[in-house]
Amino acid sequence: MTSPSSREDRPLPSSDFRALPGRGLRCAVHLAALAPLLWLFHAVPRGALGGDPVQELIHFLGIGALRLLLLTLAVSPLAGGLRARGWRAGPLPTLRRPLGLWCFAWACLHFAAWLSLDLAFAWPLIGGELVKRTYILAGFSAWLMLAALALTSIPAWVRRLGRRWKQLHRLVYPAVLLACLHFWWSLKSGWVEPAIYVALALGLLWFRRGIFLPGRARRPAAGE
Amino acid sequence: MLIKSPQRGAPGESDATPREVYLNRRHLLRGLGFGAALAATGARAGLLDFFSPAPPPATGALAALSYQPDAAAGGLVATPEHKATNHNNFYEFGTGKTDPARHSQGLKTEPWTLRVEGEVARPGTVDIGALIAGSTLEERIYRMRCVEGWSMVIPWLGIGLGAFLKRFEPTSRARFVAFETLYDPQQMPGQKSRFTGGGIDYPYVEGLRIDEAMHPLTLLSLGMYGHTLPTQNGAPVRLVVPWKYGFKGIKSIVAIRLVETMPPTTWNLLAPHEYGFYANVNPAVDHPRWSQASERFIGPGGVLDVSRQPTLPFNGYAEQVASLYAGMDLRRYF
Repeated sequence: MTSPSSREDRPLPSSDFRALPGRGLRCAVHLAALAPLLWLFHAVPRGALGGDPVQELIHFLGIGALRLLLLTLAVSPLAGGLRARGWRAGPLPTLRRPLGLWCFAWACLHFAAWLSLDLAFAWPLIGGELVKRTYILAGFSAWLMLAALALTSIPAWVRRLGRRWKQLHRLVYPAVLLACLHFWWSLKSGWVEPAIYVALALGLLWFRRGIFLPGRARRPAAGE
Repeated sequence: MLIKSPQRGAPGESDATPREVYLNRRHLLRGLGFGAALAATGARAGLLDFFSPAPPPATGALAALSYQPDAAAGGLVATPEHKATNHNNFYEFGTGKTDPARHSQGLKTEPWTLRVEGEVARPGTVDIGALIAGSTLEERIYRMRCVEGWSMVIPWLGIGLGAFLKRFEPTSRARFVAFETLYDPQQMPGQKSRFTGGGIDYPYVEGLRIDEAMHPLTLLSLGMYGHTLPTQNGAPVRLVVPWKYGFKGIKSIVAIRLVETMPPTTWNLLAPHEYGFYANVNPAVDHPRWSQASERFIGPGGVLDVSRQPTLPFNGYAEQVASLYAGMDLRRYF
């Protein structure tokens, strides 16, 4: 247990100066991820999500989770790109964990809204839909993967899992693809919007191709 | 501008709203009791209050209509009007549920002519303003089941489609009826852009078998909740077939064609394995991507006031319409 006046609160003057932008950035991430949720409390009663906001609410939370997941995945390539150009990535890599956790929080709200507001906790129906419907199965699988990543993201688990932590957290790549498919297959018509998300996801995966492509697997990927 | 001379004894606009309240009275009372009970529990009541329904929007552009009230509503509780007018599928104005209410208000619905042609002895065009003024409108309080798994109860106003079609004297070769929505990309942004319009090929087309079109339940709707149709609900004239999924209820109709062969229908063209020509509400036949066995009823109350109910065969109208499909395999002809 650390006291309230831990190292982070009493840094040396020099590191204090450097720590400030990082803390500011993390604060901005927290605010940006929380603000739309607070906005719902303003928007829903005023009918901004329609006369019956259930479907819009579920979609709003789902698409928000997907965007946060893509942002999480963009952190490392962005930091790597900055370093490759001789710039300092600064506190950028420290944003990955809060972004990932916020993504999971939004995914939980999305799932909970579907369970409660749409299916009204009709468990036999929920069980049937989870296994029978491909798009729901894809979304549920992505959520399970995100849950595993979120639970093991606390420092104690990072230390305990060691090398295996990195292997486990590669689940984020299948998770983002499953989330994209979940979105695509959930639509009644149209493909342009989900195609944009798939393209973004594949683009971000391309930066990490060293992990998946044979022959490059042994070589440490840039920026790690 | 719709100019109408009120009939004697006809209910005016002031009568329409209390009727809606009347239809909802049990839910209103329950809602009050529910709210009072929760007020004692503090935080949760605050949350519920926060998610209470929005106040009804102004319906200034709509004209009050006189009509014969539906005496056979069968104790149905109507969906609050602001929910029925702010939760719509009308892809011509965007694929989001709020898009139609937001983007359709500029649609010019007067004057509006409806063409009736094809296998009829007396083809012709009808001015919708004149049709409204010259008709005795009936109120029909119907269940509305969307293929997406939600439902409403809506007090429609209109005239029987069968009686309307008979004026044009269908020939013996008229076996199907094809309907077409307005095609006007200048007014309908979804028709201008595939992105906004959900990738549908416009104009939207729908169809019925002639016996379905002539069935007394089938309504050519000209209004709802006591007044003319809001643009987002398909002004000025739309189809209502209460035992079929909502997408059969084609909106803003400009043409009705009586034909010999089964006409193409928009959703069937887009995804034939998901949407059939018949599209009869059937809890036993699931949509490939979700169950159709039950539905979320959009009734009075806030977001957290969720009510799920079993879906009824033919949406509860089996007694009246099941005979139309005697001997048909409804799994095949879904």
